[in-house]
Order: sequence, then C-alpha cells, then structure tokens
Amino acid sequence: MGRAILLDKVNIPGIQTFEVYRAHGGYTSAAKGLREMTPAQVQQEVIKSGLRGRGGAGFPTGLKWSFLDRKSDKPRYLVCNADESEPGTFKDRYLMEHLPHLLIEGLTLSSYALGVKTCYIYIRGEFRYLVGILENAIREAKKNNYLGEKILGTDFSLEIYVHPGAGAYICGEETALLESLEGKRGNPRIKPPFPAYKGLYNCPTVVNNVETLATVGPVITMGGDAYAKLGMGKSTGTKLMSACGNINKPGVYEVELGLPVEEFIYSDEYCGGIKNGRMLKAVIPGGSSVPILPADLILNTARGDSRLLTYESLAEGGFESGSMLGSGGFIVYDEDACIVRNTWNLTRFYRHESCGQCSPCREGTGWMEKVLYRIEHGKGRMSDIDLLVRVAKNIEGNTICPLGDAAAWPVASAIRHFRKEFEEHIKC
Amino acid sequence: MLKVIIDNIEIQVEEGTTILQAARMIGGKVVPPAMCYYSKLKDSGGKCRSCLVKVVKGSAKDPRPVPKLVASCSTPVQDGMVVENTLSAEVQEARKGVVEMLLINHPLDCPVCDQAGECDLQDLSFGFGMEETETIEPRREYPGIDIGPLIKLNMNRCIHCYRCVLAAEQLTKKRAHGMLYRGDTMEISTFIQTAIDNDFSGNMIDVCPVGALTDRTFRFRSRVWFLNPMDARRECGKCSGKVVAWMFGKEIYRITGRKDQFGEVEEFICNECRFEKKDINDWVIEGPRKIKRQSVISSNHYEQMKKGSIIHPIEGTTEPQE
Repeated sequence: MGRAILLDKVNIPGIQTFEVYRAHGGYTSAAKGLREMTPAQVQQEVIKSGLRGRGGAGFPTGLKWSFLDRKSDKPRYLVCNADESEPGTFKDRYLMEHLPHLLIEGLTLSSYALGVKTCYIYIRGEFRYLVGILENAIREAKKNNYLGEKILGTDFSLEIYVHPGAGAYICGEETALLESLEGKRGNPRIKPPFPAYKGLYNCPTVVNNVETLATVGPVITMGGDAYAKLGMGKSTGTKLMSACGNINKPGVYEVELGLPVEEFIYSDEYCGGIKNGRMLKAVIPGGSSVPILPADLILNTARGDSRLLTYESLAEGGFESGSMLGSGGFIVYDEDACIVRNTWNLTRFYRHESCGQCSPCREGTGWMEKVLYRIEHGKGRMSDIDLLVRVAKNIEGNTICPLGDAAAWPVASAIRHFRKEFEEHIKC
Repeated sequence: MLKVIIDNIEIQVEEGTTILQAARMIGGKVVPPAMCYYSKLKDSGGKCRSCLVKVVKGSAKDPRPVPKLVASCSTPVQDGMVVENTLSAEVQEARKGVVEMLLINHPLDCPVCDQAGECDLQDLSFGFGMEETETIEPRREYPGIDIGPLIKLNMNRCIHCYRCVLAAEQLTKKRAHGMLYRGDTMEISTFIQTAIDNDFSGNMIDVCPVGALTDRTFRFRSRVWFLNPMDARRECGKCSGKVVAWMFGKEIYRITGRKDQFGEVEEFICNECRFEKKDINDWVIEGPRKIKRQSVISSNHYEQMKKGSIIHPIEGTTEPQE
C-alpha cells in the first residue's frame, strides 16, 4: 500500500483504546500543538497543508477556517459532520469505528486553532453503535487530561458531545445538520448568512467532515509543508476511498491522491479487479451523487490522459465527460449491471431523502423516480428520456441546498453516457 | 444607501433590503412573483423558488456574476448590484420549470375551488405555465383531516410554502399544526388530529397562496368575483377591526383581511371579526376595496360604486346605505 497517514495503525489490536493508541504515538500531535504552537500557528499549518474538505465538496479547510467570524463576542462552535449517509460512502464509519482517538485528537487540535470550547459530533442515526465507541473514547481522553478542563496543563479547555441524528440524509448538509442539532426539523437554511457567521444557535460555527478533522492530527505531526508534498498539485495528501460494487476486494483504502484510477481498480493492493473476471462497465467515483462515467471515460479522460484519483483529474471534461472525487465512495459496475435500474434505485433514494422544503427538489425528485420506475418496468415512452433530462435541468442549481444537484446529476449523466440502454428498455 | 439596478431601472435602497423588496419599490413588471415569501412573516421565503432572478453583477466591489440563479426574496442587495428578472431568458425558463413542478401534483379542480379568482398559483400559471402537461402519473393525494369547524384543509392543493405554519407560530400563543414527513409526501397536519382553535388562526386562510386553507363559513357559497369587496371596520378589542367585507347585496358572505397589491394582508384580524360578524349592522362600510388590477375580481366593476352606497350586483341598482 502507498503511504498511509490515517490508517497506518488500523490493524494494531486494541487501537480503539486510549492506552494502545497512546503507546503507538497517539496524542503526540495534540501535545505538540497545544504546548508548542499558538492557535494561529496550528491554523497556518493546516493552510499550508492544502488539506481539502473530505466530505465531498473539496473546499480548502484552512480557507474555511479563516472565514470564521472571530470578531463576534459569541461563543464559537466546531461541529464534526459524521452524518455519512451517501450510498457508496462508508469511510467515516470505518474511521470512527477503528480509530476513534484519531478523530478526538483532530477535534482537539482544530478546536484549539479555532478557539472553540464546545464541539459536537453529529453522527448519523443508523450509526448508533458508534456512539458508544466515541463516548468511550471521549471518556478515556478526559480521564487522561487530553480533553476537559485545562488540557495538558494549558489554559485550553474543550468539551466534546456526541449527538446522534434520526437517520436523515439531508442532515449531512451543513445547515440542515445545525438545525437538527438545535432540535428542529432538519431543513437546510437559506444562505446567506453562512455558518461561519451565524451557525449553531446563531453563533459562528465551523462544520467539517470526520476524515478532514482526523487528518489535522497527522498534518500537525508531519508539518503542513510535508503533507502538501504528498499527492498531486492542488490535491494534496491522502484520501480514504470506500470501494464497493462488482469488485474482488470491497473495502476502505487509503490512497495517495494522484493514483491512477486503473491501478486503483485492478491492482491487488486495492480493489483487486472486477469480480468473476467480467468487464468494467461504469464507475461512480465519488459517492452516489456525482456523475457516473462509462469504462473508457473513467480510465482515461476525453483528451486521452489517464484518469487519476485527484479532485482535478476526475473533474476534467466538466459534466460532459468528467465527474467528481466527491466523498470517495467508489462504486464499480460490471458488464451485467443495469444502468437504468441503478439510476431508478438512486432516484428512489433521493426522492425519499428530499426534505421537501423547496419546490424543484420536492416535486422533481418524485417525478424523476416515477418516470424511471415506468421505464424500468416496461411502461416507458420515448419522450420520457428527454423529459428526464429537462426535469434534471430544472432542478439543478435552482434549489436551496445541493441535494437537488445531487439528485439531478446521476440521472443526467446516466442518460448522457448510456442513452442507448434507456432506449432499449423502452423499446422492448 | 445602496444602489441597485433591476431590469435596467435604478433604485436606491437601505442596507439589508432584499432584491424582491427593492423590486417591489420599483413596482410593475419587474416584481418577481412570490409564492412563499410574506413580508409580514419572519423567516418566510426561499422555498418556492418562483422568485429566482439572475445577478449579472455581484456588487461594485466584486463585479463577478453569481453563477446560479438566486432567490430574490432572501438575497440582500449589495451596492452596485445589477439584477435581471424579465430581461433574462434563463430566469424565465427556470420560472417555467418551477411552475411546472408546482403544478404536477396540484389538482386541476379550480372550477370547484373556493380560492379560484384570488389564487396566486392561478396567476403564476397564467404567466409562466405550459399549456400541456407531460405527466401521466396520478397526482398526489392525501387522506383528508378535519382541523376544526372554521378552517377547511385540503392538503392536495398545498404547495408547501410554510406560510400558515409561520403565521400560526408568530401570531398565536400555541401552534397546533406543522409540517409532517419529508420530500413529496410532506404534509401540513395538526399534531395528533386536534382542532386548530385560537383567536388568530383564521389568518392561515389569508396567507395561504392557494386553496389548501379556505374559510368553512364561506365554503361553496359564491365565487369571489360575484361578490363586492368593501372596506369595513368595527371596534374590536383583539385586532384593528379593519377588514374587507365580501358582500352580495346587503349580505356579508365572508370577511378577510385587507390585502395590498402584492396579496399580503395589511393587518392580521381576529377570528371573531372573521367568522362571527356576518351581519351588516356589525360593520361600518367605508367603501369599495381596490383589488389588484389583473384580478378577475376587478372585472365586475364594483369600483364604479360610490362611497356609502351598495350596488346589487345582479339588478345593478344603487340604493343608499342604511
């Protein structure tokens, strides 16, 4: 395996406990950050590292932190977004299950950098079994003075609370998450104002993904510059990829960004090739909401370069011939997979998970699902294909939050690349 | 003061003004339609997306255009901002898309709907709707629920604008209804099937842009355009007592709040005024109410009446008011 930064200790027995984690060099970055560095220095290292948000949007973390309203006299909050619910993405679950202390350490450092005294982990409702693991880790860290009052004898104090959601995908959207955390219905807020100014309880708030925050520890240990040397171009460092579908070795892999997609799919180190020796048909590279790409376009870009696992390379070609790295939920389809059925299945998910607040998403997701149901069940009309394209276009960009885009892209891209398959479904 | 240009018309507005409010100050055709925004209700807006506009210049400081269309009701004006509404083909297309979305599950029962003639969705469809529908799926249906003797809830017609929820939350002491479920199965309902019963609940009817909430004491009695809307007032301990009495001859068919040119009530009124005072002797009739010009209600020429007189709409005779 290439350089592992997050998962390097994942196979050590008992790494979930404080003692084992500490014995293998855990919490050294927290000690280094809190004792030897100022909050501004910690933030500076994160900026230098070029770390980008691992939840899907890929927004530079350091830049996001710098937007936080520091002039306000209100308390500031850090919220860890552990509402990982995208079909195909299961990296945060793996990270929290096996390395809870890595996350706690990252939260401590990030809170220190941001001047936060209260931090929340908003965890997906279905991950109830992880709540115990995290709370146990918090308890252990507190007992050893890595959390709580006056951490390691410094003036910095931090409390972390775990808050389980009720199982709504939409609560992974940062403002819906904050609403839910406040005890309200999980409807995304209308922006502006952004959470950096008015977030949780109307106070300045930073919301980051689990993997992003867990990476802060290693960034402080090795230094921002050293981290930035990993990866390629603006896609620095390593990324957790959760691979699933018709492959020999599904699972969570840490890859250094810049790895060729072909190697990731076929190398025994990672996915181990397509199951049962079949041909590759298509890949959704970044979780269910990013555009699907057919085999030739996922392995090579439209210009003929080989496609790499970086934010830029996967996006090359825009929506015509590209996709996105997203959250790293890598879904592989072999030649037997039915794209129409798969697309219908995804729209079923988005229809169910739409919060219903704004018209294009509420009505559009349901409409697309009904039309795709018809096509899949032999009742499609030829005009339905263009209808789907039109509905997807009417949703995209016109909604309050990105769930509308997430619902529209899979449909639009499936028709763009596999129109023939839709036509065949309707003909026979 | 901030300078903003909407459809080539310049206006100076105060800081914090939204694009929609600025457009309303200009008035006329540049005002985007609004199905969920209600200036008298805090936190309303942003949901229906029918007020989408194109920001072609962000501000004087940062002239870059905003890549996506923005909801004009919830986007504050920046100094030097340039906005396109009627001029932008993209906006018109998106608005058509929004209207289509709002209509695919809205029943076409206007002929039996009490809201017909004063329905915002009717106006919007007239402006931006398509003549044909591409849906062959059956429309969404909800099981009917009874929310009490005064207000009729027809959930099938609801467009999920949240106005009634906000009205109940901000006008009454205890909100008894809210939004249940999610996505396209989401519905307005009372918690555990209770009746909505408080002094200001009737305002839910006035804020509803469609026929989802209608007045049970008026239900099926008349089409609104056969009635004469008259400004009326009475001494009321609970509200301002300034209402519109919808009359047929000397009979008051229903009472509503006074709505301005954007369809918003000027002052919320209490249930006693709305539901109980249907006798002409309860009211001082001030004169005919101006209803927005494009409304079908205006076509019955009630405005020709002189102050202090009532026209019998069928006989057309004027008789002095007692």
